[in-house]
Amino acid sequence: MEARTEDRAELERITTTLREHIVRSTTKAGSGHPSTSLSMVEIVTVLYFGGVLRYDPKEPRYPDRDRFVLSKGHGAPGLYAVLAEAGFFPVEDLLTLRQLGSPLEGHPNMCRLPGVEASTGSLGQGFSIAIGHALAGKLDGRDYRVYVMVGDGETEQGQVWEAAMFAGNHGLDNLTLIVDRNGHQQTGAVADIQPLDPLDEKLRSFNLEVRTIDGHSLEEVAAGFDWARSVTGKPQAIIANTIKGKGVSLLEAEQGKWHGKPIPPDEEAKALAEVST
Amino acid sequence: MSLGIERLKLEDGPATREAFGDALAELGSDERVVVVDGDVNNSTFTNKFAERYPDRFFNVGIAESNMVGIAAGLAGCGKIAVAASFSTFLMSNAFDQIRMSVAFPNQNVKLVGTHAGISIGEDGPSQMAIEDVALACALPGFTVIVPADGPSTAAATKVLLETEGPMFLRCGRPKVPVLYPGGADFHLGKANVLRDGDDVTVIANGIMVAMALDAAEALADEGVSVRVLDMHTVKPIDVVAIERAANETRGIVVAEEHLAYGGLGATVAMVVAERKPTRLAFVNIGDTYATSGTPEELLAQYGLTPGAIADAARRVLKD
Repeated sequence: MEARTEDRAELERITTTLREHIVRSTTKAGSGHPSTSLSMVEIVTVLYFGGVLRYDPKEPRYPDRDRFVLSKGHGAPGLYAVLAEAGFFPVEDLLTLRQLGSPLEGHPNMCRLPGVEASTGSLGQGFSIAIGHALAGKLDGRDYRVYVMVGDGETEQGQVWEAAMFAGNHGLDNLTLIVDRNGHQQTGAVADIQPLDPLDEKLRSFNLEVRTIDGHSLEEVAAGFDWARSVTGKPQAIIANTIKGKGVSLLEAEQGKWHGKPIPPDEEAKALAEVST
Repeated sequence: MSLGIERLKLEDGPATREAFGDALAELGSDERVVVVDGDVNNSTFTNKFAERYPDRFFNVGIAESNMVGIAAGLAGCGKIAVAASFSTFLMSNAFDQIRMSVAFPNQNVKLVGTHAGISIGEDGPSQMAIEDVALACALPGFTVIVPADGPSTAAATKVLLETEGPMFLRCGRPKVPVLYPGGADFHLGKANVLRDGDDVTVIANGIMVAMALDAAEALADEGVSVRVLDMHTVKPIDVVAIERAANETRGIVVAEEHLAYGGLGATVAMVVAERKPTRLAFVNIGDTYATSGTPEELLAQYGLTPGAIADAARRVLKD
């Protein structure tokens, strides 16, 4: 099944719904990472509803499905929101986030939640796992594609570059790396802690095809994935410039201060109103 | 005889790493088997698989973290992913990848660590895995195998590939005596009784099994009857065999080429403490890193000899 919604208004509605889920689920949980989840909303919306990913929520592990690996596992509330809307589990379950007994753990657990392709949360590992998926696809002659999202701060992990080297050298054109470049990590701005620029040239020098987009423009995200699928012979990297906490003024105002912090209950109504407009 | 074994009239067979490499190449016709290597395939002998099945072999380079992650992704797509390197680089360098990408999601990845222990010799402590069994045993759901000779390593490799789930197989560098000349009966979690006796039991694995048999020969001359168990599977451990040894003999010596902490000795002690307290003695590397030297010199220096096992047995019987 390819869920393709060409109607831009419908995609926009979905981004709003996902943001509401992210705010509600983390505020109810009283913990979690809403800000890093909010920065990835347009990207996962286009992946799951813009006709990019091939998937079937009724048969989540069918062999020919495309795979999306969330390497930045703390973006779990964003992943859960899109998986629920895509039909992998009931939307009501989102409000069990982080509760004892819920498969919606603080970070994604592939053994407990349908639609999760890799258990992540220790940063830097998802790209390698995605390479394994891409290699298996090539070995088996299957035409599925693999998408993996890392955070920009996550690229400080050496394993990301081990993986980039391998993917580039093996010409894995069925693999797309997405860098959710929201500019912030736990204790501050990436540019202050380990400046990445020129990130595009770094990735290019590892033999990836690179394109930089506005990660909050549905058109640019969709065009980015169309471009990625047109590249042959090389893995692709989409650097998506995003805003940590996108859509909630409280989080956007002090992006370095809200990592791993939910919106307080008394700010929830305002946040929900903001993401709906 | 090498490795301090003098009394047994055993011929040296292949190193366990070579037996693994041969078995892997032999069993590699299964299309699901994919091998990833950290650029040591001519040491781990996965090159034998690579020669036959080049399309299913990937030398990831000197990048164990990426190697293990790729293996996890392959396993997630239905492959039997074998990741082989020097045991210390595999288990120590990539431990978080093993924990997070393999153990936690229970992936069908087979980790094969070669050049384990101090018997690698001259290359010295940076290359010696002496913590690897403890690290592997610490991972929930992991099976941990330390075979003693070529035939049992071949049998273990078959079981490794045929059994679903994350596993660690530990192999050594030097050639070792053949203990199972007719082939090994290998069942996960079930120790092999290589010699029966009723005074004292020696539980060993890896290269220490041959030494335990040699020690048993020496003790027999003194009228001491020694039971020798090849405890090739450290996890899940053979609780029944340990409990029987505790009940039927007067004490147990545990011998392993590993640190004192977290390996076979600690595991046996846990079982004994809970099921049937008895006198225990331990032959292992203790709590120290080794040095360079020949394998024989190092084994003697760090007390991994038939003589050390016999002494431990005498201590157990004296109390």
